Amino acid sequence: MQPIDPNAVQQALDQFSNKDVYIHLETTNGAYASHYNADFHNAGAFIRNAQIRYSRGKLTGGGPYRVGLKLESGWVYAEGLTDWEIDEKSRLLLAGHNREGKLAVALQLSEKPF
Amino acid sequence: MEKEKHVLVIFPHPDDEAFGISGTIAMYTQNNIPVSYVCCTLGEMGRNMGNPPFANRETLPQIRKRELEESCKVLGINDLRLLGLRDKTLEFEDLDHLADYFSPIIDEIKPSLIITFYPGYSVHPDHDACGAAVIHAVKRLPKEERPAIHCVAFSNNCVDELGPPHITRDVSKYAETKLKAIQAHKSQFGAFVRGRAAKHGLQDKQVQERINTERFWIYKWDD
Repeated sequence: MQPIDPNAVQQALDQFSNKDVYIHLETTNGAYASHYNADFHNAGAFIRNAQIRYSRGKLTGGGPYRVGLKLESGWVYAEGLTDWEIDEKSRLLLAGHNREGKLAVALQLSEKPF
Repeated sequence: MEKEKHVLVIFPHPDDEAFGISGTIAMYTQNNIPVSYVCCTLGEMGRNMGNPPFANRETLPQIRKRELEESCKVLGINDLRLLGLRDKTLEFEDLDHLADYFSPIIDEIKPSLIITFYPGYSVHPDHDACGAAVIHAVKRLPKEERPAIHCVAFSNNCVDELGPPHITRDVSKYAETKLKAIQAHKSQFGAFVRGRAAKHGLQDKQVQERINTERFWIYKWDD
């Protein structure tokens, strides 16, 4: 993956708009956070291959970045995004890595199921 | 050890075998006791992407599969079986359904010993679910036909609630092989190195203990 290029990612988001697309969205602290620190409240969420259609997708922030997708009757957003890639299957992969290189958030779009 | 005929290891993630029990695996294989490894998932949801990152969410599974195959080669495991389940979803599967993956393998291999995680004392939900399903599968057998089960446990309360480990094995003789197996998991190895080993060096007492000592609890049947 490459550090996010805001213009290029915005272009990619535009290309997936107004289409039925599959989404992968996750946030995670890892399964061990509460093991190493009992005071830590472990939380995360994951959805893969739900179909959405958005009329506007927008990248904001100065890095790490945020992406919001405006649906017909709702919203999707992710924050903490740092890296991006269009992979060999033409899927848009966005991820946020912390200072240790660990994945903390992922937002991915594809015209076909992941 | 001498009495084991065939050891079956069942864990959910590529690298559980390396970080957890690779000294013990090496001990068996280097003494010509066959070890089979059933690995339930490809660790698809891992957060470590290499350092610097060389994997992404979509390439990680195949990378980890290759790392696992390399680790098995290092450890002398000739029978690796991948179940194709998805990382972090095991606890949401039906217990009988999960056990149905294991029962035919146990029937086929007829292991004298199974190694898995101690349900409820293994921190990661997949570890606990995997261990529970293995116990469930073995419990289907008549009591006299059940293989021994050695469980790995490492939750903060495991010694308080389970008592001291039944087996504390010195695997220092196999430390070199163990480190090679851990290093085979290149995408995950960084987490180990950046942890205590990075701060205190490989000679640190706790790091050395983790490398040289492996602990097991013998599962006791309640029926």
